[in-house]
Amino acid sequence: MSSTLDALINRPYEYGFVTDIESDALPKGLNEDVIRLISKKKNEPDWLLEFRLAAYRHWLTLTPPEWANITHPKVDFQDMVYYSAPKPRKKLASMDEVDPELLRTFEKLGVPMSERKALANVAVDVIFDSVSVATTYKDKLAEVGVIFCSFSEAVKEHPELIKKYLGSVVPTADNFYAALNSAVFTDGSFCYIPKGCRCPMDLSTYFRINNGESGQFERTLIVAEEGSYVSYLEGCTAPRFDTNQLHAAVVELVAMDNAEIKYSTVQNWYAGDENGVGGIYNFVTKRGLCKGINSKISWTQVETGSAITWKYPSCVLIGDNSIGEFYSVALTNHHQQADTGTKMIHIGKNTRSRIVSKGISAGQSNNSYRGLVKVGANAADARNYSQCDSMLIGATCGANTFPYIEVHNSSAKVEHEASTSRIGEDQMFYFASRGIGAEEAVSMIINGFCKEVFNHLPMEFAVEATQLLGLKLEGSVG
Amino acid sequence: MISSSSKIILEVRNLSASVAGVGILKGINLTVRAGEVHAIMGPNGSGKSTFSKVLAGHPSYTVTGGEVIFQGKNLLELPPEERAHAGVFLAFQYPIEIPGVSNSAFLRLAYNTLHTRRGGEDLDPLEFNDYIREKSKIVEMDPSFLDRNVNEGFSGGEKKRNEILQMAVLDPTLAILDETDSGLDIDALRIVASGVNRLMTPNNAVIMVTHYQRLLNYITPDFVHVMRGGQIIKTGGKELALELETRGYDWVHA
Repeated sequence: MSSTLDALINRPYEYGFVTDIESDALPKGLNEDVIRLISKKKNEPDWLLEFRLAAYRHWLTLTPPEWANITHPKVDFQDMVYYSAPKPRKKLASMDEVDPELLRTFEKLGVPMSERKALANVAVDVIFDSVSVATTYKDKLAEVGVIFCSFSEAVKEHPELIKKYLGSVVPTADNFYAALNSAVFTDGSFCYIPKGCRCPMDLSTYFRINNGESGQFERTLIVAEEGSYVSYLEGCTAPRFDTNQLHAAVVELVAMDNAEIKYSTVQNWYAGDENGVGGIYNFVTKRGLCKGINSKISWTQVETGSAITWKYPSCVLIGDNSIGEFYSVALTNHHQQADTGTKMIHIGKNTRSRIVSKGISAGQSNNSYRGLVKVGANAADARNYSQCDSMLIGATCGANTFPYIEVHNSSAKVEHEASTSRIGEDQMFYFASRGIGAEEAVSMIINGFCKEVFNHLPMEFAVEATQLLGLKLEGSVG
Repeated sequence: MISSSSKIILEVRNLSASVAGVGILKGINLTVRAGEVHAIMGPNGSGKSTFSKVLAGHPSYTVTGGEVIFQGKNLLELPPEERAHAGVFLAFQYPIEIPGVSNSAFLRLAYNTLHTRRGGEDLDPLEFNDYIREKSKIVEMDPSFLDRNVNEGFSGGEKKRNEILQMAVLDPTLAILDETDSGLDIDALRIVASGVNRLMTPNNAVIMVTHYQRLLNYITPDFVHVMRGGQIIKTGGKELALELETRGYDWVHA
């Protein structure tokens, strides 16, 4: 039985192909000249170059964090390309002008770039290596005042908004990777939802790393004005290389009074092969600011890829009555390592947070939940509920939970629950004796385990996530 | 009475099996015909439960000799799920809990998998709901059990009733009940036994593994076999069970 399970878990990564497209890339290495060159290539204003240089200078004083429960060889930041863009990069008047090779790539990945063929009501911004190649439904969104465009475009078209919010949630000095990102980020998505607007469609960014030597450093900024609502989806894949690529993104969310941002991720970066060779190092800083009263930010993530995941989507609850939520499924297989969780910082009165984390480990992988719940002195009546469940598949993987709780207000209520279970031979035999094969059994158990998180994903994403977990885990029980 | 001309469903010849290198079954012979109920009794450690798990294909047990022919097929060649498709059902002594999976979803997947294999149609959740509510009556199970996770938080009696409900859904040709009576109070025992009796037809058969004669008051066996040391050492009619009840196992010798 364990051999069928092995066969199941060892399915190849289906997005591992490389697109043969001419790219305009800088040579490897990082110094102030490289940063000036990136800024120049993007025709940026001086203030943004200064922002980058300040971040870079601070980054030089920092060392990579070593507290996470992950091990990897030191990343050589000089042995990496910091800018890579598909050529030619003229301004596109319509989707028809996108390089057909790129269109085919995203077609293969199942990303709708053509508005005619688009999935029901989702606008997509597509990022290929360092640059945004297309954004759909821009005009339709503009009618209701929603701005959805690439970060580069936003710098040109809406500099006042970028200037106001860039680095306002994740300061350049926040941490090693955030500082690096602030210095060298090349593109990303910008969303602005005006006052009182319920965004008429889901917004989505699709990230694709293609260049084997380039790092991906994108920046996402979402601002939801008073009383607005937006649901944002993020997807990502990368080709199969036997070297490691670095992905160090920064995502900043700002929710004003009564605004709500729902941010969903299905992360399927290349995870490396069954021996742990290759794969993406995913070192990402994601944070949301519930600035206004009654505001709400909800993170839902399904992390299945990457050789290493280091990621803690967080909520800073400043506005009174604001709500932060974190729903996560992290799956690791083979030699993958994940150290992921969240931070809920309660500052305003009567703030609430809810954490539901489901970790699934298989193969020789290691999966850690790390979460901080902090209740400040003025956060009267703050409430947190955390639930961390781990599932082990097989006997050679590991799961850890590292909850940190800091409470400085005696009226706070903080609850933490944790459980660990194992899919074992007996469960599989029970299914089998009812005529249900290993593949379906694993998928049913996993989907049952993750149901509470999947329920928070938008419909198309929930279906994708379910299939993805099935693919990744087939055959892993024994 | 069963005529000896009934169709043979199961033929076990000289079956031996081991677990972790230790021999447990040491040459079992058994013939089961359509319409028959066989009781297998014996002291602890005699190999009764091992025998039922080996028939269902539990991966921890290694067959070291002999053969098992089920309706003309070599059962030992089939993986456990195909044995289930072929019509073998094992009611577990200790039913497994499956957190996060609802009983109705589990039963529907089992039903649909089997019926697809047999060339039938899938039932959608609504159709299945009607179907399973009807079946639940066989074991007097409240429909609320269908929405709960498989066996999670079920009492011992509820778990065993759930096993018989699964038997009703899968409609097996050969049902093996592994100590289905253990841990049941008298009401639950009556419900479980009456469920099994209602599922009996002239075309299927039941093997009941049990420690006590008690269950046999409710489900009347055609044959009672005594197992000891991994072999069937004595076979008789239902009166043998009564004798075992009063005299114990020690007087029985091969």
